[in-house]
Amino acid sequence: MEYKAKEVLRKHGVPVPDGQAVSAPDQIRSISGPVMVKAQVLIGGRGKAGGIKPANTVEEAKKVASAILGMNIRGYVTKEVLLEQRLEVAKELYLSITIDRSRRCLMFMASPSGGMDIESVSEDRILMQPVDPLIGYQPFIGRKVAAFMGLPPDQAAQVADICGKLHEAVVDEDAELAEINPLVVTKQGKVIASDAKITIDSDALFRHPEFESLPDDLTPLEEKAKKLDIAFVQLDGNIGVIANGAGLTMATLDSINMYGGKAGVFLDLGGTDDPEKVKSAMMLMKEANPKVVLLNIFGGITKCDTVAKGVLEALEGKKPSFPIVARIKGVNEELGRSMLKDAGMIPASGLSEAAELASKESLRRV
Amino acid sequence: MAVVVDNNTKVVVQGITGYQGTYHTLAMREFGTKVVAGVRPGKGGETVNDTPVFDSVADAVRETGANTSCIFVPAPRCKDAAMEALDAGVRTIVVVTEHLPVLDAIHMVSVARSRGVTLIGPNCPGVASPGKAKVGILPSKIFKPGHVGVVSKSGTLTYEIVNAITERGIGQSTCVGIGGDRVSGTNFIDVLELFQQDRETKQIVLVGEIGGTAEEEAAEFIKANVKKPVVAYIAGRTAPPGKRMGHAGAIIARGRGTAESKIKALEAAGVRTAKLPTDVPELLK
Repeated sequence: MEYKAKEVLRKHGVPVPDGQAVSAPDQIRSISGPVMVKAQVLIGGRGKAGGIKPANTVEEAKKVASAILGMNIRGYVTKEVLLEQRLEVAKELYLSITIDRSRRCLMFMASPSGGMDIESVSEDRILMQPVDPLIGYQPFIGRKVAAFMGLPPDQAAQVADICGKLHEAVVDEDAELAEINPLVVTKQGKVIASDAKITIDSDALFRHPEFESLPDDLTPLEEKAKKLDIAFVQLDGNIGVIANGAGLTMATLDSINMYGGKAGVFLDLGGTDDPEKVKSAMMLMKEANPKVVLLNIFGGITKCDTVAKGVLEALEGKKPSFPIVARIKGVNEELGRSMLKDAGMIPASGLSEAAELASKESLRRV
Repeated sequence: MAVVVDNNTKVVVQGITGYQGTYHTLAMREFGTKVVAGVRPGKGGETVNDTPVFDSVADAVRETGANTSCIFVPAPRCKDAAMEALDAGVRTIVVVTEHLPVLDAIHMVSVARSRGVTLIGPNCPGVASPGKAKVGILPSKIFKPGHVGVVSKSGTLTYEIVNAITERGIGQSTCVGIGGDRVSGTNFIDVLELFQQDRETKQIVLVGEIGGTAEEEAAEFIKANVKKPVVAYIAGRTAPPGKRMGHAGAIIARGRGTAESKIKALEAAGVRTAKLPTDVPELLK
């Protein structure tokens, strides 16, 4: 959320406009001069959708806020608005730090063409400046970034300073993305973060419990799965796939597709050997209510009988509303397979056969 | 010959007293790996299944001559464990630990690479050279000694493919699971280079997945440097954009990282790509 990102930036000394976030118009008591009222949703293109509007008085701000609150912006309902000091914009720049996977480092991206999607800026207008992890952030990096922006010396010095502070924010908060777009140069010559987005590395939340409750771009079932530490993605087909391991689960989806089926759920158990986790996974699958379920297990850390036990517990001895095609391979496969077969599941010996059977079932059950 | 791990590998297991550490120490031994030591601060002097436990990696290296570390330490302490191994002079490190913060991975991996240490992972199943040694959690039963080198971002999908080629009587020189995180210590190119030089490896299987551009970079490298035949499978052809598919790195973001782009790049480099994982054995000859 923009205002949360700005709180983080402010904490690390990056200049941001004064602002207040509200969830109802009557929370607005006073404003410090002309403001922008900005919808707080987790999606871009708010301006075009009518989610950002100016206001000059408290009355006006209330009116605008009540129009924007509740607004549906590309599928996201606006629950909060940010009232923010209106900037007199002279120039819009772009500045971000991301993870560069190939170079294995943090990467500054900077452009004198801010205010638009960086993807639409031509490459010669973008500077990519890596931060060598062994050298760390040094002020020369900020100077190099600032020089690329083509600004007068006092403004360049402000940009260089912001680079250092943005890097500090990324490292201290374990962000995997920190983007300021636009980074505004005001008519008064002040450089200030007008809009910002920060994504925290979910694997680093153990160091940042304060971020645990931040909203995510997930469906209710996906949200539930996340709390259970299960990788769960809803798709637009009707076959529910449960497998262990991300690559194997993806390969199972692809195999189904080859046989004319379409996956509706991607559920990766990961490397668990806890029947309770398998049980919760199967309960989630029941809630998702696919036409067919394909269970594809290559046992290692995850033992086959553990999976069978969890699945059977979730079904509580009742016949599920969908057929289950089960392909069980690896550690304790005989045991797991016979447990599932006794419960009436359709056995398959290989991945291709399982994919074919599940696809056929899904097409038959219209 | 084989690559990364072989008969000269002497393993110290960091986090040996945990459930996974204890279980896989035994499994590695049964595979024929020389597991010479374990580390658990505060438990020095004890033994786990006859393996001596030390308080520090430095102690383990000094007392046993360990040259390879296998790390099972949980994510919050994983970077510390890897840095300790680097400081103790270990030459190969396999990081099994998953959910490592990406900034920790960046730091740990840069130090390893700057010192010429081979670090595999994080979030990887490890490395197996059948008939010689395995370091990590790969299931022993699926392997057979032979001449196919396998490099993969995935765990269980690798098992699936290795199992399929073993069932067809085709053995492997070494299988390297490099892990599916965004930042890995060893990438496809590093392993392809090793396989190209390795006399035991005659053919190569590359198992990739959506996200990032590592497969495209591997394709460039293959075109220019790899003379041995390469077969590839890319998982995630039907994955939707913007959704993280299990692995931290498996996401199609801003139009980049699609399976199509990877398959196209690999085929342009003369790599035969399998439509299904079970088609891989067919393409090996």
